[in-house]
Amino acid sequence: MVQQVYWDDVSEGMEILALVKEPTTQQLVKYAGASGDYYQIHYDKDFAAGNGLDGVILHGALKNAFLGQLMTQWMGPEGTLKKLSCQYRGMDFPDQTITGKGTVTRKYQDQGQNLVDCDIWLENPTGEKTTPGKATVTLPSRLI
Amino acid sequence: MRIVDLACAFKRGLIVTTPATFLTEDMRHQTIGLEGRPTTTEVEKGAIIKFAQAIGDDNPYFNDEESARDSRYGGIIAPPTFLRSVDTSRPELPYEFPFNRRLDGGSDWEYFVPIRAGDRITAVSRIDDINERTGRLGLMIIMSTTTTYRNQFDQIVATQTGTGIAY
Repeated sequence: MVQQVYWDDVSEGMEILALVKEPTTQQLVKYAGASGDYYQIHYDKDFAAGNGLDGVILHGALKNAFLGQLMTQWMGPEGTLKKLSCQYRGMDFPDQTITGKGTVTRKYQDQGQNLVDCDIWLENPTGEKTTPGKATVTLPSRLI
Repeated sequence: MRIVDLACAFKRGLIVTTPATFLTEDMRHQTIGLEGRPTTTEVEKGAIIKFAQAIGDDNPYFNDEESARDSRYGGIIAPPTFLRSVDTSRPELPYEFPFNRRLDGGSDWEYFVPIRAGDRITAVSRIDDINERTGRLGLMIIMSTTTTYRNQFDQIVATQTGTGIAY
C-alpha cells in the first residue's frame, strides 16, 4: 500500500501518482469472467473484425476499473472515493501499455470534508488520452 | 441497375442498408423514464477477490481479509467498479430495436456507502435519455441509463450513469 497522502499537502495543479497497466488477452478473459460481460468483441478476433474493429478491444469498464485503481492507489487507506467518471473516446488494445495519470484541479472543504477534484485519464503508448475522466476524493487532514 | 435487379439483390441479402433515421419523437417519449425490473445479487467475498484479481489491483482492502479487518471498514470491501459485476435488468423497449452491435460510451459513478462481502445489492436501471447520431459506424443510437444500487438496509450505496451506443 502506498503511503497516505494528506489533504494539507495537496495543491491544485499537482500530479497524482501514475499507474502503469499491461493488459493482455488473458486479462480480458479474466475480466469477462469476473464481470459477466461476455460480449465477443473482447476475446474473439474474428467477431471483432466483423464488427468493424481492428482487433479485440479492452472493455470500457476495465479501463474504468484502471481509473478506479489510479484513484484508490493515490488516496491511500484513509481516503474515500466519492465520484468517478470517464468517457471512452478511443479504443485500447491488449499488449499495449496503458498509463493512468491525473492532476489535482480543485482542493476545498465542504460539510466538514476535505475534498479534492482531479482530472484523470488513460494514455496509450503514443500519448493519446483514450479515456479522459474526473474523480473526487476525500482525504484525511494532518490537523483533524 | 434496373429496379427489379435492385429489389432482387436486396431480397437475397446482397445489399445491406442502415436506416437513415430510426427514432421518432414519440419513441423517445416512450423510452425516457423506462425502468428495468429490480435484480438482487448477494456479494460474495470470493467474487470481490476475483474481480480485484481480474482488474490487476492488489490493494489489500479488496484482496486480503486479515489486512482489511484492521481497517476502518472491518473487512474486505469492493473496488470502485465492482458493481459492474452484479446483475442488472435492462429496461425493455416497447418497439423493435434493429441494432445488435454495442459500444460503451462512458460511465459516471457516485459513491455513498462502502460495499462489503455479504451485502445484498439490488439494482434498478432507468433510461434517462435516448438520441441518434450518424458517425463513422453509420446510424448510432445513444442511450443514457442510470442504475441505482441499494444494499439490504435500503441505503443507496452508489449510482452509475452509463452511456451506451448501439449501431
